Amino acid sequence: MNKYFLGVFTVLLFAFPAIGQNMRTAYVGAKIIPIVGKPIESGFLLIHKGKILGIGDAKDAIFTADTRIIDVKGKVIMPGLVDSHSHVGGGSGGDRSGPIQPEVRILDSLDVKSASLQRAQAGGITTVNVMPGSGHLDSGQTLYIKLRDNANKIDDLLIYDKNGKYMGGIKFANGTNSMRGKGGFPGTRAKSAALVRAKFIKAQEYREKIRKAGGDKSKMPPRDLALETLVEVLDGKRVVHHHTHRHDDILTVLRLQKEFGFRLVLHHVSEAWKVADEIAAAKVPVSLIVLDSPGGKEEATDLKWKNAAVLEKLGVLIGFHTDDYITDSRIFLRSAAFAVRAGMSREKALYGVTMANAKILDLGDKIGSLEKDKSADFIILSGDPLSVYTNVLMTFVEGKNVFDRSKKKDHLIAVGGYGAGNDRMIHVDHFDGFDGGQR
Amino acid sequence: MKKHLSFINNRLPHFVKHFSIASFLLLAPFPFASNAQVAIKGETIYTMAGNAIKNGIVLTDKGRITAVGSASNVAIPSGYKIVSARVVIPGLIDAHSVVGLAGWLNQSFDQMQVERSAPMQPELRAIDSYNAREPLIKWIRSLGVTTIHTGHGPAALISGQTMIAKTNGDTVDQATIVQTAMIAATLGQRASGRGGKSPGTAAKQASMLRGMLIKAQSYGKKKGFSRNLRLEMMKRVIDREIPLLITVHRARDIMTALRIAKEFNIKIVLDGVSEAQSVINEIKASGFPVILHPTMYRAGGETKSLSMETASKLKKAGIPFAIQSGYEGYVPKTRVVLFEAGLTLAYGMKFRDALASITIDAAKILGMDKRIGSIAVGKDADLALYDGDPFEYATHCTGTIINGKVVSKTIR
Repeated sequence: MNKYFLGVFTVLLFAFPAIGQNMRTAYVGAKIIPIVGKPIESGFLLIHKGKILGIGDAKDAIFTADTRIIDVKGKVIMPGLVDSHSHVGGGSGGDRSGPIQPEVRILDSLDVKSASLQRAQAGGITTVNVMPGSGHLDSGQTLYIKLRDNANKIDDLLIYDKNGKYMGGIKFANGTNSMRGKGGFPGTRAKSAALVRAKFIKAQEYREKIRKAGGDKSKMPPRDLALETLVEVLDGKRVVHHHTHRHDDILTVLRLQKEFGFRLVLHHVSEAWKVADEIAAAKVPVSLIVLDSPGGKEEATDLKWKNAAVLEKLGVLIGFHTDDYITDSRIFLRSAAFAVRAGMSREKALYGVTMANAKILDLGDKIGSLEKDKSADFIILSGDPLSVYTNVLMTFVEGKNVFDRSKKKDHLIAVGGYGAGNDRMIHVDHFDGFDGGQR
Repeated sequence: MKKHLSFINNRLPHFVKHFSIASFLLLAPFPFASNAQVAIKGETIYTMAGNAIKNGIVLTDKGRITAVGSASNVAIPSGYKIVSARVVIPGLIDAHSVVGLAGWLNQSFDQMQVERSAPMQPELRAIDSYNAREPLIKWIRSLGVTTIHTGHGPAALISGQTMIAKTNGDTVDQATIVQTAMIAATLGQRASGRGGKSPGTAAKQASMLRGMLIKAQSYGKKKGFSRNLRLEMMKRVIDREIPLLITVHRARDIMTALRIAKEFNIKIVLDGVSEAQSVINEIKASGFPVILHPTMYRAGGETKSLSMETASKLKKAGIPFAIQSGYEGYVPKTRVVLFEAGLTLAYGMKFRDALASITIDAAKILGMDKRIGSIAVGKDADLALYDGDPFEYATHCTGTIINGKVVSKTIR
C-alpha cells in the first residue's frame, strides 16, 4: 500500500515541480544516520518549512497527499556537517598593530561570494565557525554562519541567538604563530601569557566600573570596544576558541581559563594525547585537526591521529575541524574517518563532525542531528560517510538544496577545474612566511 | 619454476643456511645485506604484474623476490621468517617528493630543497643534501612508501638534481639507488626571481632555459675546455641521458615545456600540470609522461584550476602518469601518495589504476620498473602490508618491507 502511495506521488512530483514553498517533502528509502538515535536502515526524513517534521522507518511512513516524495534508496542521509574552525570566506582578523585585538570582527571582512563557501557546501558542510588567524594572541571575533545559498550580504548567513544577536566566539592563540617578538608581539611563551592576563585584568576592572555605575549613564566608563568584547568573554557570553598545539601551551590555556573563568574550546591540540587527563579534568571540549603528516612546524611534530581515541575514552566532547585552507572542506568527513583509523568509535567520529561541533558552537538545540523540530540541514551521500569511495551528492540547508553534484556547476565546485572558483584567500598572519604552499 | 627455486633452498643443509645468515650478520657492511629469508603470506596479493592472487605467498631471499604464487603452488621452505597480512601490495613509489631535503621542522636549517643564489643551478646534487634520518621519511615508510624520487624542489628555474632512494638506511649511501635521476626545472609562478631578479616573466624563463640548453649543446666540443659543473649536467640532458623534470601548472607553461623539449630533442617529464585537462591532446601527442600533482593539492594562484578528476582523465587518454606527494610549504609538511592516489577513487579512477599510479606506473616513469613497482621474481623485495583495502580511510598499514627486511611494524 505504501509503495503504491510513494509511486503515485513521485510521478506527480515530476509532473508539477513547483507546488508551493510550504509543501512537505519526504526523502524516503535511504539509510539514515540521525547521530542522536540509532541508524535506520531504510528510513524517511520529512521536511516542512525548513525544519524536520519527522524521521523514522520507511515502512511506518504515511504521508499526506500534498507531500512531495523523493526516492533516495541506496543512499545515506546524515545531518549537515558542522565545522568548528574554518577560514572560508576570505576573511581577516587583526592587523599587525598589536597582539590582542578583541574589537576586530571577522564579520566585517567576509566575502559571501567566495567560492570557498561553495566548496564547503560541496563537502556537506552547512554550518561554520569562521575564524580569524592565529598570528595574534587574540586576532578577533569569530562568526558562526549557515551556508545558505544566494547570499548577497553577510547578514544572509548569520545565525541569531534567542536575544536576537548574531552568534560568534573569539579567537585566541598561543605557541609559535603569535610569537613574533616585535611590534608589541610577545617573544616568549611567558610573555604571551602575561600579555593575555594583563588584558583580562583590565577587562575585569572595566566590568567592575560598569557594575558600579549601576545603569547611571553619567558614571559609565567611556566605551572601549576591546574591553567590551572581553567582558562578554568574562561573562560567558562569548566562547574562547583557542588555537594551541604543544602540551605545555595547552596547560597554559587551561591555567588562564581557571584564572578568568571564560568558556573555552581547545583547537588543534596536536599534543592532546600527552595531557589528556588534564583536558578531561578541566571539562573543556576540543576541536581537533587531522593532518596527513606530523610537522610543518616544531609544535606540530608530535601530532597524533590517536588524539581523538585517547580523549574519547576520557569522555571529552570531541569535534573536528577543517581549518580550511589547511584541509579541504570538500573532504571534511575524511578527518572523522582518520580518527576511526586511529581507534575512535565510528559513532563518536560522526558525532564529532556534527553534534559535537553544534554543541561547541552553542547550537546543539538547533542543528547537528536529525531530530524533530531541528533545522533541516542534512546531506545525501553515495555510501558510507567514512569511506574514501563515497561522494557527497546533495547538501541541504534549512530544507533548501544548496549543492547537487549531478548539476554541472556544482560538480565543477566539487572536483575543481577551470572556473571552479576564485583563488583561495589565505587567512592573514596565520604563520609568518606561510604563503599557502606557494613558497 | 617458482616451486623449483624454493626447493633448492629447502635442500640446503641446515648448517649451511645458518652459517650463511650468520656470516651476513657479522660481515655485512650494510644492513640491507643481512636480510634473512622471508615469506609473506597475503590473503590478497596485488602483484601489479597480473591478476590479484588470493591466499598468496611471496618468498624473498637476499633482498629479492624469489617466488610469487598462491599457497597451493608455492611452499614456504623451512627456516623462513613468516609475515602475514590481509593485503599485500608492492612497496609504494612516490614519483616526486622533497622529503629528505625538506625537513619536518620547516626552519631554514632543515629546508634544503631550494638554493636561491642563482636561477639555474643544475650542478646541485640531491645526495649532498639528503638527510636519511629525516623523521618524515620514517613517517611515509610506516604507511607503505618504500621508494621516493626526491630532491630539489619546484622553486627555481633550475633548482638542482633529483635522486631516487629507498626509504631505509641510515646514510645517503645506504638509501640511494639512483644518484642523479633528473634535473628539476620549473616554469611559472614559482620560478620567478625574487626582489626584481631575473627571470621576471614567463617569456624570460623560457629564454633563459633555452640559453642554458644552447650553451650545453656546445659544451665539451672545444679543445682544452675547462670543466663546468653546471653545463656538464645540462649536457647530460642534451645527450638524453637524463630527463628534465619540468614543473608546470598553467596550460601556457605546459606548452612552453613541450616547445622547448621539441626544439632541443630532450627527454622531459611533465610535473604538476594543474591545467593538464585543457591541453590533454598535446600532452598525449608529445608522448611524455606526467607526474601529477597530489589530489588534495591546494587550488590557488597558478594551481587554481586544478581538478581532482585529472588523474582519471589522463588514464582515459592513455597518458602514462604517476601521482606524487609534491612539495608543501606548511602543514602537512609532506603528503602521502597512498592517500593522494586513494582519493582519486571518488573522482573517477579505478582501484587498479590508482594503485598503478603509485607502483608500477611510477616505476616506469622513473626508469626503475625492472627493479621495483611490482611483485615479481627477481625484483627488489619491497612490499607494503595492510589489514584491508589499502586506500580505505580506516585501513591500517601493518608493515613495510624493503629489500626483504621488515623496516616498519607500526600499525598505522
